[in-house]
Amino acid sequence: MTDTRPGQRALRTFAAGPSTGLRRVDARMRIIAAAAFAVAVVSLTSVSSLLAALAAGFGLAAWARLPAAETARRVVAVDGFIVLTLVMLPFTTPGEPLFSLWGFPASREGLHHAVLIALKANAVILALLALVGTVPETVLGHALARLKVPEKLVQLFLMTVRYIDVLHQEATRLRTAMKARGFRPRTDLHTLRSLGWLVGMLLVRSLERSERVLAAMKCRGFTGRFPLLDDLRATPADWVFLAGAVAACASLVTADRLA
Amino acid sequence: MSALFTLSDLHFAYGPERPVLTGASLTLAPGERLALVGDNGAGKSTLLALMVGLLKPQGGTIAAFGRDRRTEADFAEIRPRAGFVFQDPDDQLFCPTVAEDVAFGPLNLGAGKAEARAVVAETLAMLDLTDFGPRVTHHLSGGEKRLVSLAAVLAMKPEVLLLDEPTNALDARHRARLIEILRGLPQAMVIVSHDAAFLDALATRRLRLEDGRLQAIT
Repeated sequence: MTDTRPGQRALRTFAAGPSTGLRRVDARMRIIAAAAFAVAVVSLTSVSSLLAALAAGFGLAAWARLPAAETARRVVAVDGFIVLTLVMLPFTTPGEPLFSLWGFPASREGLHHAVLIALKANAVILALLALVGTVPETVLGHALARLKVPEKLVQLFLMTVRYIDVLHQEATRLRTAMKARGFRPRTDLHTLRSLGWLVGMLLVRSLERSERVLAAMKCRGFTGRFPLLDDLRATPADWVFLAGAVAACASLVTADRLA
Repeated sequence: MSALFTLSDLHFAYGPERPVLTGASLTLAPGERLALVGDNGAGKSTLLALMVGLLKPQGGTIAAFGRDRRTEADFAEIRPRAGFVFQDPDDQLFCPTVAEDVAFGPLNLGAGKAEARAVVAETLAMLDLTDFGPRVTHHLSGGEKRLVSLAAVLAMKPEVLLLDEPTNALDARHRARLIEILRGLPQAMVIVSHDAAFLDALATRRLRLEDGRLQAIT
């Protein structure tokens, strides 16, 4: 069954692909590999080794068969967060002036810094999207639990995944009902008040729902423990993948030290 | 055989200005499928919640499975034996996958993982949902959610089923399926519903909840 509700699309685009290539690797190995890659890349200092890391990021994205347009959209979204820092760096770092804009000198050192940060951010985000972004949410929860992430955090994550869509539908229904009665957002007090009620209503409904969920859990003998049933099993190929990933990260770091 | 549930003279109010039950009594015998009808807000869901101790009555007594039940510990013991199927399956299915949700009850009752998986397979097969195990609960359709939430309750092997508006938001196909499944189950049931045709297909006895009391419909 395919689900075309809007809330679902954003959550599932990447995980929905066919289970081939990188996507067949055990989720735990992919999470560890992504973490190792991020740590290695952040420690790199030369542009050449960072270009190699970025190439690795693109390679992983291709291996995972990430959809190009959607991937670009997400990478740009992340870059949006750091673009201000990148633009400001050349003008705020002291050093040899390279050019000047409206009388403000830009330094070579600052520009160098900005390039390093941009390369690091994009290499890591590509690897993260390819390695972890393709893991279905529930499998991600199971894998985190197996990696000994505290049980409460895993449950918080899984419950959020479970109910975010229910909440989204409730919000959509309320918005539709408002529209059906001629509500159009404007910049006036009436709009603010109506939106306030919408948010308040969502909070009240969520609270009531959480009480009903707890009641339903109690009816099935809930005593405070959340049992998980997963089917994660690491094959020799998964261990080879992890060994390869760690070796690649180590060689990146070594090459960077030698350069 | 003696009654599974005996409720005597139950009083319950959500506040001094909102009395819901004012002397409600009923008995549920083995094999009965008892229909509970009444207007919106008459207190039908409240009565079911009282039966499994999710709410506590302000007066009257509840006896279940041959004993008076008062404390939370009493009710914790009867909840697996009186399976409550909630009105909104989204309230009930909170686990990531169908298999985990169905296994939640058995695991809480002390089953091992292998044993729980066996119960899951058996229960899903019984409801013709064999391939549903790995499905993600929030991607199911409304009708599928309803059947899975029934499976999750049946996995505890209850002796009584408490069904709160089970045909809510069901399409004709899933509704027919649900009737067929419920008719085949040996459990005694209390069915709260506004769906007259559904009750005609199932009920062996009917009670109307009105002005806080239960009256037999003949």
